Amino acid sequence: MSEIGKGRKGIEVSIAMADAVAQADVDVIAAYPITPQTHIVEHLADIVANGELDAEFVPVESEHSAMSVCCGSAAVGARTFTSTSSQGLALMSEIFIIAAAMRLPMVMALANRSLSSPLSIWNDHTDVMMVRDAGWIHFFVENGQEAYDGIFNAFRMSEDPGVMLPVAVNLDGFIMTHMVEPVEYVDGELIKKYLPEFKMKNALHPDNPVSMGCFAMPEIYTEAQMSREVGIKDAYPTIVKAWDEWGALTGRHYKPIETYRTDDADYCIITMGSFGETAMEVADMLREEGEKVGVVKIRLWRPFPMEEFRKSVLGKKYLIVLDRAISFGSQGGPVAMELRSALYGQKDAPVVVNYVAGLAGRDVSRKDFRNIILEGKKKAVSGHTDGFTLYGLRG
Amino acid sequence: MDKYSVYSARLVDQTEYMAPGHRACQGCAEVLAVRLILKALGRDTIMAMSTGCMEIISSPLPLTSWRIPWIHNAFENSSAVVSGCESGMKAMMRKGRIPQKKINFVAMGGDGATADIGMGPLSGALERGHDFLYVCLDNEAYMNTGIQRSSSTPYGASTTTSPAGKKSIGQHTQKKNMAQIAVAHNIPYVATACTSYPFDLMEKAKRAAEMNGAAYLHVLSVCPTGWRIPPEEAIKYGRLAVESGMFPLYEVVNGKYSLSYKPPVMIPVKEYLAAQGRYRHLTDTDLHKIEEMAMQEYQRIVRLSEGD
Repeated sequence: MSEIGKGRKGIEVSIAMADAVAQADVDVIAAYPITPQTHIVEHLADIVANGELDAEFVPVESEHSAMSVCCGSAAVGARTFTSTSSQGLALMSEIFIIAAAMRLPMVMALANRSLSSPLSIWNDHTDVMMVRDAGWIHFFVENGQEAYDGIFNAFRMSEDPGVMLPVAVNLDGFIMTHMVEPVEYVDGELIKKYLPEFKMKNALHPDNPVSMGCFAMPEIYTEAQMSREVGIKDAYPTIVKAWDEWGALTGRHYKPIETYRTDDADYCIITMGSFGETAMEVADMLREEGEKVGVVKIRLWRPFPMEEFRKSVLGKKYLIVLDRAISFGSQGGPVAMELRSALYGQKDAPVVVNYVAGLAGRDVSRKDFRNIILEGKKKAVSGHTDGFTLYGLRG
Repeated sequence: MDKYSVYSARLVDQTEYMAPGHRACQGCAEVLAVRLILKALGRDTIMAMSTGCMEIISSPLPLTSWRIPWIHNAFENSSAVVSGCESGMKAMMRKGRIPQKKINFVAMGGDGATADIGMGPLSGALERGHDFLYVCLDNEAYMNTGIQRSSSTPYGASTTTSPAGKKSIGQHTQKKNMAQIAVAHNIPYVATACTSYPFDLMEKAKRAAEMNGAAYLHVLSVCPTGWRIPPEEAIKYGRLAVESGMFPLYEVVNGKYSLSYKPPVMIPVKEYLAAQGRYRHLTDTDLHKIEEMAMQEYQRIVRLSEGD
């Protein structure tokens, strides 16, 4: 068990996450360098090299193998962690999907970054959206504390015998990974109480031979897919419970959908990831000007919290959805599409206006938020709600 | 007694770790290789297997042939998956999470999974030095998908993607020398083997598993379907491959070469090739050229074994 202690520190978010992984006493870390997640695995390498964590640090030759090592390690019942971004995720996507389909518990810190081409190391959500349908549990964090806490929450969800699914903790690359933030650490006693030792039923072991990863004829494939759908949907109460119990122990409460000043709001801005912090500030400013605007933040992306989302926007006139990725040739951003689909056919459903902004780390300032919200409102009022607007497009 | 099992069929472990009833083709020597290797390794073995013939014939849900813990994940990554299994077990045993136990970790794949698509993961796992055995079941083409050429297909062989034709001899490149690539990783154990020499094969599997670190075993696995030979002649063709010098059996233990079998009389390569459907288009000149290439490699191995 790691000796990393309790207390509040000013620390780089990547390092805090690595400390959390060490405190969670992982057995295997598969690591391959890719910006901007590199600091996480570098720090883990240090922790293992200094004997602060007893784990196998496997420095693989590609992300494809990183995910493959994680599958092997999870299959024998070892607590497993890896981290990646962008092209790394794209390269490992084949095995990323298999990991969920084989119900192999593991945790990934996914430092979100744009995909090539043109090559870019900066943040947006194009990487995670590529694996939206892979069957992983995905949640987003928006500050250092949430990133640190998220590691414990993720292991707790992933290894629950009723869940047995890989979990990705999504955090905005650079905007969060490289930021120094105040983070309150938890102590070993609390972790022991919160995160039981991982005991996998039917792990690979000679004393109980099992076959994993068999092939299926069409007679069985359909049922296998349905079992995945049931599996991830059924994980939902456990996900909520993992956050609730964390809240009870630490006083830091997390919910699948979070709202800010929405009770009396006429309309809302909807974000996912680090946008949420700026959105709240701007909502405060606009409130002073008399705009009745609230903020809805999507923390849990998969399984998508349909009912909670619908409840959170009940009675609102319009929603301005801010995406950080484009689904090319479609209605716009993946989040907006999800929300439009969640609202379709609902009684008095709010109108959805979609903006895409902040691609490849392009700054979205408070002023930009203000523009998006006010412009979006105008579009909603005038009925210009089809498709999406790429905010700040030059030329 | 265990020591002598490699010399007498009667002393070989009677347990079948790969259950009968699988769906391999008639006369498949590859499935025989798997069966014999598992007998040599015993029950305390965890296997990661690549997509391919052996995976597809053995694991149609809800059935399985495997009486050992077995995992299939994807085509190219069995050596990375086994790296994870070995690392996970090592960490958990060290931390006292599970009882200590000597377990053999094995990754298996065909020649496509090994020499083509899985080359990177294999090289990575060998270089990192995980304590495992990689077995390449080499039937010299992508047989599972219908006999397409791989980089392990020999010169002159006609496959569905290297067909012989008016302007093609069939496969026009030389067989990739995987054993030599494994040797270049400076791992403690590399060997070649063939199912037609079952005791040699089992002895090598056993020795490889006993090594501390990564080991590589390259098994020529005759495929009657893909080679277009009668199924009952698989064993004969394995013998011909070795006795003609086309597939030398040797070991490299900590860098030291030794030839496992020296044919008393070297038979002409033509005897091995001429009756195989995949080579039937070759002329005597072609056969002669192939023989020359084979002899060069064979002599090189002989020289290395003699310590030159």
